Amino acid sequence: MAGQLSIAKALNGALRKSLENDPKTLLMGEDIGKLGGVFRITDGLQKDFGEDRVIDSPLAESGIVGTAIGLALRGYRPVVEIQFDGFVYPAFDQIVSQLAKMHARALGHVKMPVTIRIPYAGGIGAVEHHSESHEAYFAHTAGLRVVTPSNPHDAHWMLRQAIESDDPVIFLEPKRRYWDKGEVGDAPDLGMHDARIVRPGTDATLIAYGPMVKVCLEAAAAAEEDGRRLEVVDLRSLSPVDFTTLEDSVKRTGRAVVVHEAPVFLGMGAELAARLTEKCFYHLEAPVLRVGGYYAPYPPSRVEEAFLPDLDRVLDAVDRALAY
Amino acid sequence: MTVKSTARARKKAAPAVPDTLRAAGTDAQPELVQLLTPEGERVEHPDYPLTTTPDELRSLYRDLVLVRRFDGEATALQRQGELGLWASLLGQEAAQVGSGRAMRTGDYAFPTYREHGVAWCRDVDPLNLLGMFRGVNHGGWDPNEKNFHLYTIVIGSQTLHATGYAMGITKDGADDAVIAYFGDGASSQGDVNEAFTFASVYNAPVVFFCQNNQWAISEPTTTQTKIPLYRRASGFGFPGVRVDGNDVLACLAVTRWALDHARNGNGPVLIEAFTYRMGAHTTSDDPTRYRHTEETEAWKAKDPISRLRAHLEKEGLADEEFFAAVDAESEQLGLRVREGVRGMPDPDPTLIFDHVYSEPHTLVDEERAEYVAYAASFEAGENL
Repeated sequence: MAGQLSIAKALNGALRKSLENDPKTLLMGEDIGKLGGVFRITDGLQKDFGEDRVIDSPLAESGIVGTAIGLALRGYRPVVEIQFDGFVYPAFDQIVSQLAKMHARALGHVKMPVTIRIPYAGGIGAVEHHSESHEAYFAHTAGLRVVTPSNPHDAHWMLRQAIESDDPVIFLEPKRRYWDKGEVGDAPDLGMHDARIVRPGTDATLIAYGPMVKVCLEAAAAAEEDGRRLEVVDLRSLSPVDFTTLEDSVKRTGRAVVVHEAPVFLGMGAELAARLTEKCFYHLEAPVLRVGGYYAPYPPSRVEEAFLPDLDRVLDAVDRALAY
Repeated sequence: MTVKSTARARKKAAPAVPDTLRAAGTDAQPELVQLLTPEGERVEHPDYPLTTTPDELRSLYRDLVLVRRFDGEATALQRQGELGLWASLLGQEAAQVGSGRAMRTGDYAFPTYREHGVAWCRDVDPLNLLGMFRGVNHGGWDPNEKNFHLYTIVIGSQTLHATGYAMGITKDGADDAVIAYFGDGASSQGDVNEAFTFASVYNAPVVFFCQNNQWAISEPTTTQTKIPLYRRASGFGFPGVRVDGNDVLACLAVTRWALDHARNGNGPVLIEAFTYRMGAHTTSDDPTRYRHTEETEAWKAKDPISRLRAHLEKEGLADEEFFAAVDAESEQLGLRVREGVRGMPDPDPTLIFDHVYSEPHTLVDEERAEYVAYAASFEAGENL
């Protein structure tokens, strides 16, 4: 796949390939047919694969996930789109009580190869319920796999890996990065749950995923001007977490800052900080710090910049980590 | 004028319900499809003809008796401390055996947690049902072996799974059909209403079989609905039928019709089996706090087993020898269930980690190893 593709196009290509490769793969969601989805991720797919495989659903998220479970029981491999992050909650029971637990409830007799794609996180000036980061709810639920790409290559290959997985996968798409472009390689270079060191460094490790990877890369570039070499790890997978890569990095740098859009309190950063403290205790020069959203409803878009971590807040945390 | 008095005035001035609406809607007396009266008289219904051989009638009777015996045995085992909980189907045997026997081998049932009679008809080993109530698993049988899905405890969730499965049947071009079981309480759930919508617009071959047993724990059906439940179907664009849920023949005939209707590409059907939960909601419930004995007594007179037995005797279709044989068989079943449950071993605690995922997951693998090492430390005497 030569040339530069946006994340949106890379995802579209992944869905197309998955539909081509396996006749049991189906897409389901609101407005994903003729319209191609509100973000156009499914653009053109209904035209090419038919209404029977790219299915416009009634406006009922629990119904979308619940019927996807039934289709999976019948041997299908459904990929469903939830239109926006804040609209997934009506499907919460179907996701956490049914989808996540079905394999265990059946003592392994049934598999649940269902992928749930959700455009998530903020920064697009949207109205309420269109900018949320709810990854911690899903990562907290055993039985689900949770992943989130930050670039076109990962978007393409991780989505294909997610669809091929026999377990349910929550696939979180950083909506404000949909139009960011990059190379998409001809093959995946990592497993779906491997973290990636996207910028090597020596002084501190920035750990981010999804939309915040770009912010951290920009922060690391700015820090270099001040003579600080920051390592940036793109976590990619939130369940399971690739602690091997994290541990190696943090043991080398001695400092870690976790960055996400979700509220800091009980967010992914809390778990990462706790585990890294345990695993790297004698290597740490400073406590693991966290930068994230505040413990408040996602704010009106005119003030979202104050809510979202940015380059300055990341570097402020780096300063504090280096000051220990 | 206050808001309140406006509302009152408006109510007073409300026009009468037009005849066209009345005919379709709320005032007409609900029809109850019945083929066997409580006294055991066989009656005909023009829309649901049913021919049965004496063998079939005897075999239905046998199913009803054995299912009731199994259920009673499970209640007793709970009282003896062998089960943590039991949800009895007492009184609902005909609804379950009638609908269960209407299914073909390739059809699929999605139960609640009370469909022991349907499980019996699908040839699921009764001991499989008891594992979750004993606490050794959460179900654990292979649903595809007998086309009987796992028990679902969250109210109404399974109706969407049934609908999705039925959508899959359509995509496969198969002529199987699905039954989604649920109750009067579940009819209020969003999932059930979403299942109606999906099934309707996709024309899915699914029969929604609602056992209206009059009580959702302590809440009467009037807390769930102002119209007879079967009429909900018309708002979703498919047929609804109310059947005497204590009449095994009517349940068989109506469900068989509905499954054929669905499998022939005509879309879903809602069946409301009008029945009664003779026992408690579960062994943890105390129905004396919310319902009267007179009501229960009145329903006792409509008992599904007595009426079929009365019919068999009246028509000379079964003799004492037959009834004695069924009783002996039910004793054997009771014994097998008792011994089976008491002999059911607790699982190894590592079961906790066994089926969280179908593919390896580093956190689960790590925690399993930690647990195993911790447990082994006791055996080695390190942690005593």
